[in-house]
Amino acid sequence: MSDTEKFRTEVRAWLDKNCPEEMRDGDITAENQCWGGRLWEFQSEAQKIWFERALSKGYTVPIWPKEYGGAGLSAEEAKILDEERQAINARKPLNNFGISMLGPALLAYGTDEQKAQHLTGIARGEIRWCQGYSEPGAGSDLAALKTKCEDKGDHWLINGQKIWTSNADISDWIFCLVRTDFDAPKHQGITFILFDMATAGISVKPIVLISGHSPFCETFLDNVKVPKSYGDNNASVVGEINRGWDVAKNLLVHERGMLGTMSPLRGTTGPENLGKFAAEKIGLDATGRLDDPALRQNIVQAELDNWAYNLTVERMTDEANAGNGLGAKSSMLKYAASELTKRGTELRMEIEGTTAAIIGEDGIEYGSLANNWLYNRAYSILGGTTEVQFNIISKRVLGLPSQ
Amino acid sequence: MLLILNEEQEMLQDAARGFLAEKAPVAAFRKIRDSKPADGFCRELWLEMAQMGWAGIIVEEEHGGSGFGYVGAGVLAEQMGRNLTASPFFSTSVLGATAIQQFGTEKQKEENLAAISSGESLFALAVDEGPRHNPGRITFSAEPSGNGFTLSGAKTFVADGHVADRLIIAARTSGEEGDTHGITLFLVDADAPEIVRERTPMVDSRNAANIVVDGLEVTGDAILGELDGGYGALEGILSAGRAVLSAEMSGSAQQVFGVTTDYLKEREQFGQKIGSFQGLQHRAAHLATEIEMMKSAVLKSLKDLDADFDNAGMTCSLAKAKTGQVAQLATKEAIQMHGGIGVTDEYDVGLYFKRVHVAQQMFGDAGFHSDRWARNSGF
Repeated sequence: MSDTEKFRTEVRAWLDKNCPEEMRDGDITAENQCWGGRLWEFQSEAQKIWFERALSKGYTVPIWPKEYGGAGLSAEEAKILDEERQAINARKPLNNFGISMLGPALLAYGTDEQKAQHLTGIARGEIRWCQGYSEPGAGSDLAALKTKCEDKGDHWLINGQKIWTSNADISDWIFCLVRTDFDAPKHQGITFILFDMATAGISVKPIVLISGHSPFCETFLDNVKVPKSYGDNNASVVGEINRGWDVAKNLLVHERGMLGTMSPLRGTTGPENLGKFAAEKIGLDATGRLDDPALRQNIVQAELDNWAYNLTVERMTDEANAGNGLGAKSSMLKYAASELTKRGTELRMEIEGTTAAIIGEDGIEYGSLANNWLYNRAYSILGGTTEVQFNIISKRVLGLPSQ
Repeated sequence: MLLILNEEQEMLQDAARGFLAEKAPVAAFRKIRDSKPADGFCRELWLEMAQMGWAGIIVEEEHGGSGFGYVGAGVLAEQMGRNLTASPFFSTSVLGATAIQQFGTEKQKEENLAAISSGESLFALAVDEGPRHNPGRITFSAEPSGNGFTLSGAKTFVADGHVADRLIIAARTSGEEGDTHGITLFLVDADAPEIVRERTPMVDSRNAANIVVDGLEVTGDAILGELDGGYGALEGILSAGRAVLSAEMSGSAQQVFGVTTDYLKEREQFGQKIGSFQGLQHRAAHLATEIEMMKSAVLKSLKDLDADFDNAGMTCSLAKAKTGQVAQLATKEAIQMHGGIGVTDEYDVGLYFKRVHVAQQMFGDAGFHSDRWARNSGF
């Protein structure tokens, strides 16, 4: 038996023994993930048990080094773990922005002290992170950000406003882009800084979207004093002052890769089961075809595109693990995923007809189809609009000239 | 299963890239088109390919092949698609070899696989009977007579049909038009006097033929696979054909897209490189993404054929559907983005557009395969 086969056998046995039945429902919607953090309360005993067992094995962040709470798995081993987890429909034990976005950036740019403190906290589910990137005047044009960060000797003084800060109201720390030099060209005066959301001067206001609910918040920074170092030699700034754009870009690649692979594409609301669902709702004609030819064609096309998309995630991951980094190609996944995600719920809404448009006396219910359908409009805007992804692909993947 | 090529397959790809660039670039195809040789391809080149192991790429080594499997065949087809290489590779090394290797008797294997691998014997698969692919509707008749059968009927769009030494004919031995049961595959010599073969020049300038058979007597030995149960074998052969055609179309699409982006970087209009125009950039970015989706679909179908041949049908179908769409989009955009030069005969992109059109029709276009997928999924 080869080493990989042996590893697969071990992983399968471990999952079988340690993953509680209730965590094998294949349900990976935002609502039932384990997010972690100081405010986190487990939704069930099974979720807690699953988290703790995975944690003790380093499986909350399998490819991170063991010294930071990971399992130190190779990319190939991590893929096997993921395949075996999906084979039993098990949820991820822990899922948050620290794992998918900040962690990889810190591994690339953090000091040993920053890694020791922050990565360990993420791996253990102790600290939940949010992202302070966008501002009211700096969305797609992110580098136009204006939040001001001044050097006050023993601390940084931050003033400004962030927007679209997902889960800011329930996060513990923020990774934030601030402007430290207003005279430099706009990409060159930006600094990447980490601070505790409990710091005085921070206030947070949730944003209501057309979906009735959302994770988004406005975050106001009013004379926020951020220490230059948290503890001994543990800088709040990651990378160099005024060179935060490099860190931010690295993180965006991970964010787009993550957005390109996240639910609800693969969950129960994803496009892969639309046809089956439609057949139950609408019925078949005498030839065994869905009794609505135009809808049938749209559903097949979505399923087909979804299938090609999932394979592309797999192939690009395999390529990245073999040494050809994903790089700007993550923008392709992000673009494709957001379009598919929208189409998935649009088609669900069509299949259900007017039934799906009924929302009840208390408004749009969180987690309902209508809620997801409306919220999904944001997918081709958040994390960089489709048009921004197209700009990135055309310039950084295809090498087309700038004007 | 990793969705990337292994080292051996990458070496094959490099070898194919080098060989075809030297021996069979688009210019060679153009020469064949313009000089109209009776074969429709270059026999010498084909024998050279055979010597390199390409003709027997999927044939097991014990039967004289190189045993590279369908991923290997796809790697070659992709490079041929990039160069528009005309050869009997598809009809013989993919369809013929698959038919014999997967469904032939030991005797049939011994008689045919080495001859395929050496390049000496050419095969053609005769399935369709009308302008649109529909393997369920076979009416070509095989009546029992004596201790054998009498074959009569007509077939259309048989790739390399006019040059093939042996034909694999899907015929009806029982049941009615539309039944999948009752279809039988027959392996026959193509030069029998009862067989009339007429080459049909196609818009892609590649080989296709109409075949009419009138009262050809064959024995039971001519049966390939099971009597009345040939549909399953036919599906298997078609699956392999669909996956490899997809690989070819993928190669054509990638090549034409590369040519197009190069052009966008050079061509100036309104005092600027046209590649700096957002209207073109965004279409190029969309197409680049679709091309990545297509590549994944193709590789998966080839890997599935190698891993579990009997159950690869749906992924091959999906690959064909996706590739048909994307390759057509790529060649259409190539012409449009090139502007006037794109519609000239002198420029190559039009040749790709024509080939992709024919290839995506062969063995089912995107609509055919979408319908198949939906039916298979119960809707």
